[in-house]
Amino acid sequence: MLRLDAADPWVRWDWVGSHIERITDAFVQHLELTVIAVTGGLVIAVPIGILAWRYRGARGLILAVGGAFYTIPSLALFAMLLPWTGLTIVTAEIGLISYTLLILVRNIVVALDGVPVEVRDAASGMGYRPVRQLLRVDLPLGLPVIMAGLRIATVTTIGLVTVTALIGEGGLGRLILDGLNRDFRTPTVVGAVLSVALAVACDAFLALVQRLLTPWAQRS
Amino acid sequence: MTFLADVVRWFADPTHWQGGGGIPHRLEEHVLMALAATATAAAIALPVGLTLGHFGRGGALAINVSNVGRALPSIAILVMAVQLIGIGVVPAFVALVALAVPPIVTNAFVGMREVDEQLREAAKGIGMRGLQVLLKVELPNAMPVVMAGVRTSGVQVVATATLAALVGWGGLGRYIIDGISQRDFVQVFAGAVMVALLSAVVEVLLAGLQRLLTPTGLRSATSRARWGAVAAGAPQAEPVT
Repeated sequence: MLRLDAADPWVRWDWVGSHIERITDAFVQHLELTVIAVTGGLVIAVPIGILAWRYRGARGLILAVGGAFYTIPSLALFAMLLPWTGLTIVTAEIGLISYTLLILVRNIVVALDGVPVEVRDAASGMGYRPVRQLLRVDLPLGLPVIMAGLRIATVTTIGLVTVTALIGEGGLGRLILDGLNRDFRTPTVVGAVLSVALAVACDAFLALVQRLLTPWAQRS
Repeated sequence: MTFLADVVRWFADPTHWQGGGGIPHRLEEHVLMALAATATAAAIALPVGLTLGHFGRGGALAINVSNVGRALPSIAILVMAVQLIGIGVVPAFVALVALAVPPIVTNAFVGMREVDEQLREAAKGIGMRGLQVLLKVELPNAMPVVMAGVRTSGVQVVATATLAALVGWGGLGRYIIDGISQRDFVQVFAGAVMVALLSAVVEVLLAGLQRLLTPTGLRSATSRARWGAVAAGAPQAEPVT
């Protein structure tokens, strides 16, 4: 049953060589879809996270809705959006952003919760008003946990982008499907390897950003 | 609104409830496949994760295996399984098992390592042997986290089984995949609703199983841990691909 014919090795470098432009395009599109999703997700998640942290009543509701949302398989979510937004990038991004939200909101809430009460009291005592305290004390101290959420959201999104190939987007996911449709291994392997490489690179990049943003964390 | 009426009409159509392409048969395929894949994955992953956790060895392996698993797209695993084995039920099964193994290994390992060292010492102190410590002390205490892994994998498998329609297997994903290629968004939407419902049901059932297997004394701690933040490498619920 195993198909180990020599005619179709896992990677045919001549194909890679003659399709560099297509591969680059797919990679760039993958990165674009990811950046839009994660940035959009972060922009929406920060206010929601702060709300959920400040108002305990909203927290249970927000996290419960997010949790229920999370169990919807990505293909089903994209499919449910299709009748309304069609085979467009909008469908893909609504789905991708939605998935980043729960990870980001949950981590923002827990990050802000983790700020020691003494530190917050000290800030109040020094005359910090709520907004300044949030910006100068709570958010910086919560940054490591927020960044951990951002890293997971990014790696997750990079995987999910491949699924959007089924609704006409997909980045590297298109190469993966191409390999299936043409019964040709090389595009699939190239798509999969580059997708993992992109995830690893983005994760390392965000880890570096985290180090630079929280210089005090290295000392402890 | 006419669209939703069309979806209702689709569900009301008796021909969609009959035969090999009917809803009952597709649902049965989906459920049986998910059950078989999750059970097989648990049978492989639990002994590995629990053993590594018990001896405290191979932590980097146990945790990295699931990080790599998260980065590798499930579509790629499915397609490569087809390219290796050919089209049909076997590659779908193999791919789903491969996807389900890493979270179970990681959670089993982390769950065992998180058991309070003092409990372990106390168990040895009252004369328990290695296997007794494992089965009577470590495993019950690790159960919430261990079962969280099984739950994550189970829900993930139900979701990814949807994608398996892409590689020539059945299940509820057929309605979505066929609907997209025929531009029949009514069928796509109907399939998506069924898949989402099935996922929700499986999530609730596995959460119930997790609770049932958790010793009474640990139960309140479990619900608290559910809302905990996710740190890199920590066991967690994953979005479903």
